[in-house]
Amino acid sequence: MKVFRIGLLRGGLEIKQFMRQRESVVFTIFFPVILLFIFGSVFKNTIAPGVTFSQYFVAGMIASGLVNSGFQQLAIMIPMERDFGTLKRLRGTPMSPASYFIGKAILVTVSTLVQIALLMGFGVAMFGLHMPASPEKWLRFAWLIIVGSVCTTALGIAFSSVPKSGRGASAIVSPIVIILQFFSGVFFVFTQLPRWMQDFAAIFPLKWLTQGMRSVFLPDSFVQQEVAKSWEISRTALVLVVWSVIGIGFSIKRFKWDNE
Amino acid sequence: MSQGEIFAILGPNGAGKTTTVEILEGYRKRDSGEVRVLGEDPGNLGDKTYSWRERIGIVLQSTSDSGDLSVRETVHHFAKYYSKAKEPDSVISLTGLQDKSDAKIHTLSGGQRRRLDVALGIIGSPELLFLDEPTTGFDPEARRAFWELVRTLRAEGTTILLTTHYLDEAEALADRVAVIVDGRIVEIAPPETLGGRHQAQARITWVEGGKAHERLTMTPTTDVATISARVGGEVPELQVIRPSLEDIYLQMIGGKE
Repeated sequence: MKVFRIGLLRGGLEIKQFMRQRESVVFTIFFPVILLFIFGSVFKNTIAPGVTFSQYFVAGMIASGLVNSGFQQLAIMIPMERDFGTLKRLRGTPMSPASYFIGKAILVTVSTLVQIALLMGFGVAMFGLHMPASPEKWLRFAWLIIVGSVCTTALGIAFSSVPKSGRGASAIVSPIVIILQFFSGVFFVFTQLPRWMQDFAAIFPLKWLTQGMRSVFLPDSFVQQEVAKSWEISRTALVLVVWSVIGIGFSIKRFKWDNE
Repeated sequence: MSQGEIFAILGPNGAGKTTTVEILEGYRKRDSGEVRVLGEDPGNLGDKTYSWRERIGIVLQSTSDSGDLSVRETVHHFAKYYSKAKEPDSVISLTGLQDKSDAKIHTLSGGQRRRLDVALGIIGSPELLFLDEPTTGFDPEARRAFWELVRTLRAEGTTILLTTHYLDEAEALADRVAVIVDGRIVEIAPPETLGGRHQAQARITWVEGGKAHERLTMTPTTDVATISARVGGEVPELQVIRPSLEDIYLQMIGGKE
């Protein structure tokens, strides 16, 4: 199947380009690790029996990793490629748009996995993070990564038609991600946030991803500390699927190949 | 346009050159009218989209990829998109980039980058190649080298649609020229006969009896012979000037530029 074969080739090319761009490597891969190091070192307090803030924070940062690699990376990179004329040139070749998106999905998958592995490694080595304790938790971890990546990738591609220029993209996209991180219980314990912030965050996928990752990495007893007194697994799946559908629909309808 | 021809579109900025070409390339929808490119309507290709794009090559006006790949990697990658791609390394040599094939794109000069654009445009052995202002920003030497490349492509049977605002380029390369003004084609002709250029009067200037003379004439050869006989041999400061393509063109666009 040519579409898939070219998609794989594009994936390889995307990764090669990614590795050669120091900014992207630092920004996407190392920045979350640095943040983890800072927050984990500063806030060492225990927030519940057997749970430190560092552990809580690593779970949130792993969830954020999905948003960084998928949504943030694509929503900044694609407008830049549009500015450069890369997209227009591709459009004039027999390459199918599907191959282009397969390539992006491969890039997101690889950078997500590398980022998560690094965060987990540092989390376990330095901040007492526990690996998922049972096969069910590993399984849940796996589907959270897969569905979460599909969701944030779709939303990243959808959002790529919003910024008018590549230069403006990161000024629009980065604040959205940072604000969502504050509202969704990454930088603060979610239950300590004002109610309106919690409600607002519940509209978006990140809150559900962080909650899901907590269900994987924190002891089961911690569920009593959650707002809903439950991990809300099926609701999490539902929210992620709905956002994926919205993202994919919008991408198909609105994707822009050039600036006009 | 006929097969194997180099067809140039000339026109002042804003006349509609790029719009026209983008409609032909399938990038832009037309408001009205009929368009056929290689027998298909580029605004309505349906499931023929990819087979049609196999047969065309596009060199856009400005592309500046992020440039972290090497010339060789890029050309080899684009070759995979086409079912009858040329040998990538031979395309790199043809476009004069063999010494740069391991260089990252961001290290290339403007002219080298443009040649890479052309390499990517021709890698799929297109029947029809679009060149949109291909030599803007070239130094004269690079421009000559580029013209040679375009002639080589024509010799291989590629049909080429060239837009340019360099009249010498159109004159050097094009078999026929279309002049667009305000979105309309005002004339289509070979560069030698555009705007009745071959029939236009020649201007003769010379010095006779210490005074400069000038005459417009349809029969410059006879006139020069007559003047020469009169002054007895060499005519001082003799010039016979045919209107250049530029003169004719400026007349046609009527001060629009």
